[in-house]
Amino acid sequence: MSVLIQPLAVSAYTATSALGHGLESHLAALSTQRGGLRENDFSSAPLACWIGRVEGVEDAPLPAAHAAWECRNNRLAWLGLQQDRFLDRVLDARQRYGASRVALVLGTSTASIGATEEGYRHLDDEGRMPPELRRPPVHAPHSLAGFVAEALGLEGPCLTVSTACSSSAKVFANAERLIRLGLADAAVVGGVDTLCDSVLFGFNALELVSPEPCRPFDQARHGISIGEAAGFALLERVNAAPDAPRLLGYGESSDAHHMSTPHPEGLGAELALGDALARAGLRASQVDYINLHGTASQKNDEVEAALVARAFPASTRASSTKGFTGHTLGAAGILEAVVALLAIRENFVPGNLGCTHPDEACGPQLALKSEPHTVNVALSNSFGFGGNNACLAFGRAPA
Amino acid sequence: MSTLNVCVEGMGVWSPLAGDFEALKAMLAGAPTEAPPARPTASTLPANERRRAPESVLLAVEVAGQAVAMSGYDAAELPCVFSSAYGDQLISDYMCATLASAPAELSPTRFHNSVHNAPAGYWTIATGCHATSSAISAGRASLGAGLLEAATLCAAEERPVLLVCSDIKGNGPLGDMSGTKSSFGIALVLSPAATSRTVAQLELHLVPHANHALRPAPATGAWYETNPIAASAWPLMQNLAKGEGECTLAAAETLALRVVLETSA
Repeated sequence: MSVLIQPLAVSAYTATSALGHGLESHLAALSTQRGGLRENDFSSAPLACWIGRVEGVEDAPLPAAHAAWECRNNRLAWLGLQQDRFLDRVLDARQRYGASRVALVLGTSTASIGATEEGYRHLDDEGRMPPELRRPPVHAPHSLAGFVAEALGLEGPCLTVSTACSSSAKVFANAERLIRLGLADAAVVGGVDTLCDSVLFGFNALELVSPEPCRPFDQARHGISIGEAAGFALLERVNAAPDAPRLLGYGESSDAHHMSTPHPEGLGAELALGDALARAGLRASQVDYINLHGTASQKNDEVEAALVARAFPASTRASSTKGFTGHTLGAAGILEAVVALLAIRENFVPGNLGCTHPDEACGPQLALKSEPHTVNVALSNSFGFGGNNACLAFGRAPA
Repeated sequence: MSTLNVCVEGMGVWSPLAGDFEALKAMLAGAPTEAPPARPTASTLPANERRRAPESVLLAVEVAGQAVAMSGYDAAELPCVFSSAYGDQLISDYMCATLASAPAELSPTRFHNSVHNAPAGYWTIATGCHATSSAISAGRASLGAGLLEAATLCAAEERPVLLVCSDIKGNGPLGDMSGTKSSFGIALVLSPAATSRTVAQLELHLVPHANHALRPAPATGAWYETNPIAASAWPLMQNLAKGEGECTLAAAETLALRVVLETSA
C-alpha cells in the first residue's frame, strides 16, 4: 500500500533538552556519555523520581509582543527556536517562498497544560482562572502552534498533532503530504513538551515512573524518567538544499490493542517500520542506526527489543537515548529525529545510557556505549499511548 | 497547487438537538425533531468500553460510527483523523483540580484517557484498525484544518479517510476559558475519487491572507455558536443538507479554506 516518496531536504534542525541548548551541547553529551537527568525538583508537590529538566527556561520570558502566549511550554519553544540559527533559517524560507507557502506542523502532548494547572492552584475568590492567566488560547492544545505561527509570521497550513508520544514524529508525515500535493513549498515541523504535574503525577499513577534514572533495555529497568524538550526542523524540496540530510520515509500505524500498553508482539510497531522502509525504498540491511523508542518501561522495551532483533541484521546499530534526556513525551519524536540526524552528520552511534545488562530480548544491535560508525541511513521510532506508532527514516545526501 | 478534490461518502452528526444527519436535515427544514439521549450511544464500542469511555470518546465514536456505516467501508481499513479544539475538557478540569488539591490521588485511568488521541485510540481498538490514526487541533480552526488534513491524506495516499471533528461541553475554570457550552461532533468519510457511494463532491481551495473573511460574524445567540466545531461547521452542514453551496472555513489564523460542494446528477 505504501508508495515510494520523493525525499525532502531537512535544511535546518535543532534541539533543546536536558542535555543543553542546541546541537553542539547534544553532540558533546551524547559522545561522552554524559546524561542530563536530575532528581525531581520540579513538581508542585514532592515526587521521588528523576527528570530531564531544561536549564534556563525560567529566565527566558517571551518578547513583549507575544506576552499573551506566556507559559513554560511556549518559553521552551522560543528558547529552542533561537538555537543553531534556526529562527534565521525559517525567516529566510519565509522570504523565499512567502509566508502562506510555509506550513507549520507541531507535535505536543502537554501543550501548555502546566499554565492551566497553575491557574487551578491560584483560582480567584469566585473559583475562576486568576486574572493573569485569563488568556484562553494558552489553555488549549493548539497553544504551541498558535504561538510559533505568530512568532515566525507563518501563514500557511498550521496544525497541532497530539498523539501522545508519537506526536512530533508524525509531523514529518503531515508536512511531506502537504509539500507533495503542492499545498506548501516548505514546512517547519517539530514539537515541544514541558514538565508539568499532569505528566509527572499521571505516569506515577500508572506506576510507570522509575525511582532511579531510567535504564532503557536493562534487565533491572524500573520505568521511565520524564523529560522536556523543544526541537524543530525545516523541510524543503531537495533542489532547494541538495547537500542537506534527507527525510527518506516515514511510517504510521495503529496497534488496535490497548490504550496504555503496546501490542505484545509489536504488531503496530512493525507495521510502522515496514511502512517507513517501503516509502524510503530501503531494505532493513541498509539501516545503519536506529534511535529506539526505548522508554525503559517493562513492556515497551521488551516488545521493541524483540522487533529489532528479528527485523535487522547484526550490522545495524540501535540505542535509546532516553537515559540521557528522559522521555520527553510529545517532543520525543523530534528530539530523537535530531539525534538520528546528528548520528548521520557525525558518523557516530550514541550509546544506550543506563543499560549495563541488556534484556534477554535484545539482539546484537544494541549499542551500550557511544561509538564511531558510518551512518548513512538512520531510523527513529516513536510509539504513543492509544497504540499510535511512527517510524522516521533519514539519510545522508548522496555525494 | 492549492486546490484539492475529494468526495464525501459518509456523514455523521451529533448535537444535543439532532442525533444524526437525518435529524439535522429535518431540523434545518424546520420539522420537529426528537433530541437524542444525553450520552451519545457510540454503539461501535463494545459494551464494557462504552461504560468506561469518557464523554469525548463517546461523542467522537458516535459520529465516526454513523459516517462509516453510511459509507459502507470497513472501518478497519480507513486511516482516521480526529480533530478537536479542546480534547476532553472534563478530564482536564478534573486533573487540574485534583493536581491542585491532592496530586498523588490522580486517577491512572483518567490520566490515560486524557491524551488528545483517546478517541482515535478507542476507535482503532474497537474497529481493529491498524491504519494511521491521528489526533489534531487547530483552535477555532479545528474543523477547517481537520478537513484540510483529512483531504490531504486522502489525496496523497489515494485512499478513503475518516475525518472526525468534535468538542464536548466544558466545565469549571477551564470551561470558562474555552467557552464551550454544548457538545457537537461531525464526521465525514472522504474518498479520492467518485464511486457509487459518493453523496457530494468537495472542491477545496486554500485562500491565504484571508484575515477579513475569517472575522467571526456577530453573535446571534444560536446554539451552534457555543461550540467551536459547530460554529465552523454550521455553513458546511447546511450545504451538505442541500447538496450544494459554497462556504469559507478557517484553516488557520489567516488561512481560509473555500469549500465548494456539488452533487453530481
